[in-house]
Amino acid sequence: MLKRYFQNISWVDVFLRVFQIAALIVITIGIYNTVTTGRYTSAQWATLVFAGLAQGSVYALIALGYTLVYGILLMINFAHGEVYMAGAFTGVFLAQYLSNIGFLDSNPFLGVTALILLAGTVSTLIAVLLERIAYRPLRGAPRLVPLITAIGASFALQYTFRGLYGAEFRAYPAVKALSGLVNVFGFNVPLVQLVVLAAAVVFMVALYLFVERTKMGKAMRAVSEDKDVARLMGIDIDKVIVTTFAIGGALAGVAGVFNGLFRPQGVYFFMGFFPGLKAFTAAVLGGIGNLPGAMIGGLLLGVFESLFPNLILEGLGIPSANQLRDAFAFTMLVLILIFRPQGIFGERLAEKKA
Amino acid sequence: MALLEVNDLHTYYGKIHALKGISLTVEEGEIVTLIGANGAGKTTTLRTISGLIKPHQGNILLEGEDTLKYAAHDLVFKGIAMVPEGRGIFSKMSVLENLEMGAYSRTDKNGIQKDLEWVFELLPRLRERQKQVAGTLSGGEQQMLATARALMTKPRILLMDEPSMGLAPVLVEAIFDTIEKVNKEGTTILLVEQNATMALSIANRGYVLQTGQIVLTDTATNLQKNEMVQKAYLGIE
Ligand SMILES: Nc1ncnc2c1ncn2[C@@H]1O[C@H](COP(=O)(O)OP(=O)(O)O)[C@@H](O)[C@H]1O
Ligand SMILES: [Mg+2]
Repeated sequence: MLKRYFQNISWVDVFLRVFQIAALIVITIGIYNTVTTGRYTSAQWATLVFAGLAQGSVYALIALGYTLVYGILLMINFAHGEVYMAGAFTGVFLAQYLSNIGFLDSNPFLGVTALILLAGTVSTLIAVLLERIAYRPLRGAPRLVPLITAIGASFALQYTFRGLYGAEFRAYPAVKALSGLVNVFGFNVPLVQLVVLAAAVVFMVALYLFVERTKMGKAMRAVSEDKDVARLMGIDIDKVIVTTFAIGGALAGVAGVFNGLFRPQGVYFFMGFFPGLKAFTAAVLGGIGNLPGAMIGGLLLGVFESLFPNLILEGLGIPSANQLRDAFAFTMLVLILIFRPQGIFGERLAEKKA
Repeated sequence: MALLEVNDLHTYYGKIHALKGISLTVEEGEIVTLIGANGAGKTTTLRTISGLIKPHQGNILLEGEDTLKYAAHDLVFKGIAMVPEGRGIFSKMSVLENLEMGAYSRTDKNGIQKDLEWVFELLPRLRERQKQVAGTLSGGEQQMLATARALMTKPRILLMDEPSMGLAPVLVEAIFDTIEKVNKEGTTILLVEQNATMALSIANRGYVLQTGQIVLTDTATNLQKNEMVQKAYLGIE
């Protein structure tokens, strides 16, 4: 019995197991050192957590687009980061205009709503066009083909925006009504981060209810399980697929506005690349194809990359660890793919729902 | 005019010539069975009729209207429903949601409610389990669900692909009872089976399919007596 067990494990398994244990030990030592030296106050940790949650909300909203499309077509839409960029980029012009005429300060709620509507619409259109032009003709082609098209479409979109508007950064104007600090559990937290988090949660809950309760949502789940049988129910699967891209696009556009609201760096033509990859990481972390997984994966990734460089890496004596945020996020992607490719929720949770 | 008329159907998978000129008719109110060995082309015939595959040649008429101009999802609206081979239930959705999907193309709320009551009366197990996730049903219950779901489309003709596959003999009896009941209540049925004994026992007429061609057709009673059928499909030497 035991012998059979040992025969079945290869050197790769042994290596991976050792690697896993070593990683855990290093992480534990890092955290232990950081915590015991008391380098940061709890207020500083709280700042990192809330900043991470706001950033994570943006990842989560983008991640939903990856996961929705994957759930239905088993395809990763690697141009999704550009769908996000397109919304954010278009939004900045309206934001600057509304700020100049003072509307964003006099009517912040309406102003931000207008931004969300515009960015959401633009991203939706781009996503739908992508589906029509780049993906639909290739349905049924080997899986590598749409992947290559996606990369091509990404560049096309990036350089269209670069060609139209140049390569410089454009900043979203600060919204006065969102600029204060709020006291949460005794910590001072920027209001804008809380608003972004809350609004993102509202969008995510709305999406979840849409997919669970509405006729179109149920049709989406049916198509994701079996396309032929869905057709036999009278479901027009092309319509369902376009709707899926549209919803994913809308959420990415919304994420673009939220990102602009709390990150002063602004938008530029390449801005979709890293958030796109990170949101993909978040979707994989949560279990790709799983909606709650993408939401939780996004928030977790935001918090991890905000907190862990300081928490783990500084304890290991690595200087200016927060510069390593991106490296950390992508290391995480690799580690998840190696150790838990099904993500946190895997398939089982998906089967339990309903 | 026959409810369903299929003329000289040729269907290919790439270069594989799966159907080599199938012709058949189904009259309103009948149970017609299509029997044949594994790989004969039974599934392909049903998938072509339901619009999932486009044939290269031939035509299909539903009450005289050419169906090939419609997409599969529009044919449901026209009254062609299919219970696919292997049942094809949506295993992550609840039993009730599966049935709702059957009614997807319909807008008559009252009619849907009435048909739901009807399938629950026909198959009471489904009522008990309506909240359950369909993937957790037993094989027999899944077959009932697939049948009920197809009935929720309110079909004029129901295509059934090997409903008895993989079921214990008691359940096979139950499924065939259900088919007969559904037929008595007015649904025309085209039944594909490997279990030729059972199929011929409830059918009015039958077609025998071999490597993509119809080799024999007769009333069910005559087919039961036919020597070739007895040898090849009924296990009678
Ligand atoms: N998806 C497919 N691709 C290629 N060949 C297929 C496919 N499906 C069926 N065939 C071939 O078509 C023929 C008929 O198959 P099928 O209709 O499934 O037969 P049956 O349902 O009678 O068992 C077989 O030779 C089978 O190998
Ligand atoms: Mg078959």
